[in-house]
Amino acid sequence: MDTEGLKGLVSGSVVQEKPVGEGSGLRVSLFITCYNDTLFPETGKAVVRVLERLGHSVEFPAGQTCCGQMHWNTGYQQEAMPLLKRFVDQFKYAEAVVSPSTSCVAMMRDHYPLMAERLKDENLKAEVAKLLPKVWEFSEFLTKKLGLEDVGAYYPHRVTYHASCHGLRSLHIGDGPMKLLRAVRGIDLVEIENLEQCCGFGGTFAIKNAEVSSAMLSEKVRGVLNTRAEAVTGCDNSCLMHIGGALHRERTGVRPVHIAEILASEEGGAQ
Amino acid sequence: MSGALDPTTAPKFQVAAKALMGDSQLRKNVRHATKVIQTKRAKVVAEMPDWQDLREAGMQMRRHTMRHLDFYLEQFERNCTAAGGHVHWAKDAEDARRIVVDLVKASGTDGKAPTEVIKIKSMTTEEIQLNKALEAAGVHAYETDLAELIIQLGHDQPSHIVVPALHKNRSQIREIFRREMNLPDLGGTPQDLADAARRFLREKFLRVKTAVSGANFLVAETGSVCIVESEGNGRMCLTLPETLISVAGIDKVIPRYQDLEVVLQLLPRSATGERMNPYNSLWTGVDKAPTGGDGPRNFHVVLMDNARTEILADEEARQTLNCIRCGACQNACPVYQQTGGHAYGSVYAGPIGAILTPQLMEMHHAQSLPYASSLCGACYEVCPVKINIPEVLIHLRNKVVKQQSSGFHILANPEVMALKAVAQVFRSESVFRVSQKLGRLAELPLSRKDAQGVGWIDWMPGMLGGWTQVRDLRVMPKQTFREWFEQRSKGAAGRRAEDAAGKGSDNGR
Repeated sequence: MDTEGLKGLVSGSVVQEKPVGEGSGLRVSLFITCYNDTLFPETGKAVVRVLERLGHSVEFPAGQTCCGQMHWNTGYQQEAMPLLKRFVDQFKYAEAVVSPSTSCVAMMRDHYPLMAERLKDENLKAEVAKLLPKVWEFSEFLTKKLGLEDVGAYYPHRVTYHASCHGLRSLHIGDGPMKLLRAVRGIDLVEIENLEQCCGFGGTFAIKNAEVSSAMLSEKVRGVLNTRAEAVTGCDNSCLMHIGGALHRERTGVRPVHIAEILASEEGGAQ
Repeated sequence: MSGALDPTTAPKFQVAAKALMGDSQLRKNVRHATKVIQTKRAKVVAEMPDWQDLREAGMQMRRHTMRHLDFYLEQFERNCTAAGGHVHWAKDAEDARRIVVDLVKASGTDGKAPTEVIKIKSMTTEEIQLNKALEAAGVHAYETDLAELIIQLGHDQPSHIVVPALHKNRSQIREIFRREMNLPDLGGTPQDLADAARRFLREKFLRVKTAVSGANFLVAETGSVCIVESEGNGRMCLTLPETLISVAGIDKVIPRYQDLEVVLQLLPRSATGERMNPYNSLWTGVDKAPTGGDGPRNFHVVLMDNARTEILADEEARQTLNCIRCGACQNACPVYQQTGGHAYGSVYAGPIGAILTPQLMEMHHAQSLPYASSLCGACYEVCPVKINIPEVLIHLRNKVVKQQSSGFHILANPEVMALKAVAQVFRSESVFRVSQKLGRLAELPLSRKDAQGVGWIDWMPGMLGGWTQVRDLRVMPKQTFREWFEQRSKGAAGRRAEDAAGKGSDNGR
């Protein structure tokens, strides 16, 4: 399992591994990401609930902090380097790493090999090459690694799905999340217009270019509202925090909810 | 926009963008035009079963060319010269301007220096602000491309590398023509406007004996120059005058004639959503027949560096030079769609401008441009030669940060200080934990509870205020995920012992 799938993942066209299926009991190491840990613990809890419900165990390497995306993407590459090393140290013995964030996983796949290369650290390079094929974004772990679409969820709400740029154009998760959502019982799933258009978050872009970011956000919010959904979901809480921030400012009553929280909901549970 | 697009004097992107975004007409025009071109492009790209292979071939060809640029440039020079052309080398913009002005002045057929030239749309001549230099030398340049004519008559600046007047709509163009061509009764249909432009230009084509062009491609193998266009004005400029001067960046060279097969499929489909350009001109030197054949008698190519070799020397950014100037990244860019091109303060706008312009300025100007992107990747996805623009943007951001972090600069920059401090926090999980707690305390005074008792922040100070101008921010929950997980693990320790003893599990319902 250490080397399988590496080629496909790195090139972006994932070679399907043999689905592991329900109940085979993987030991999943959760990389929660710094902002989910701090701002969206409910997402993490939902990931744990879904994975355990499917018969896998979840461990949380306690030394984890941040993948380095914010620093790397803003131009602070030197500052991101120690975070790569920390991540590798924390997760190198993992059977599978799951993270509920498309942009953080994209950060690793797109940049970690280059970072290790630039550090001229052969050992680190080898460890990164070995570790990356085991790192999965939460929805792709379900659809590609486990080969699942129906995870037994129940969510009787009208929902629209926001495809994050990194999920679409970097991880190429395609319609995987939509398949998971379509299998949710009770859900009224409605597609948003201009699905592939960025919401305007872009990390520090939202601050540095607040005017343009706001204009992009305004278009995305209009798309969300046109669906008449009560919740907007996605695989990345950073986009959802951005969209949700405007939805709240305008008192639209539409809430952001991470896909893990929808998939964790069950009949008889709290919705 | 009347001032020249000059990166050395342009305001920061965010400042220019803010001003331009107040123009609702401009924003409607840009949104409409980019949408139309994107839709056309998507259609003609989707019909190509081998589009991804073509992109790959284009990328490989361009990469190979840049690796052997010295070889192909000299090969081009040899073959162009053998065919009767004259090749000139320009180190920078000033050099190029001087060479062109001198060539124009020397091009008089009756012993007098010409006072007029006709021009084909050329972003390279816009880059070096050639028209201004010609004007200063007493030579008026007539732009003959319809969009460039609109820009010139409107005392405006190009906002797109393929569709320079994309930010103007038909009624605005009619007003410009009515005023500048003195046509008070001009109608408003596309036909009316095209007729007016044709009448205005035809007389120049027949009168002016010197033409200035850019180049889409220089073919090293044959010494040929290639220009593609839609209106036929180019063909006029290339064939009617006695003297033709083509200005090209050294990045425009391609190795073989056969390579046109790839780029002449990639370019029109990406640029204008056409299967082929209406006019594809390709010429090699001059017709040396003593009786006088077709085309210009004197043909000059000015090969201009202007910082391109600097870009070539940067391993991570050199893919910038692979660009074939199709503008697809501009149409696809959600930032460009909001601001239009003038916000970039350069003739090269949009994602390609955001990486090209600062590098053409050798990173001395336009440092705000690498940040004019949400890194959404739409540009990379449509690029016909697979330039990984987000990757280059990040690389250039790093160069900017290095400038800002050096010496005293760091003290004047709260962002640099803040991000460096946060990086320290992430280097230790215990410091991170403490910071999470401190963060909850720090945001307390800003938090206001909503009807459900959830705290929200609707105002933040300083730079962070950019966020709260249109967005609220939920306060941090009382418990972090890691605290919850640890608490749960402690509680589950006993249960795990039972599991080990084979007494069942609370998992896997």
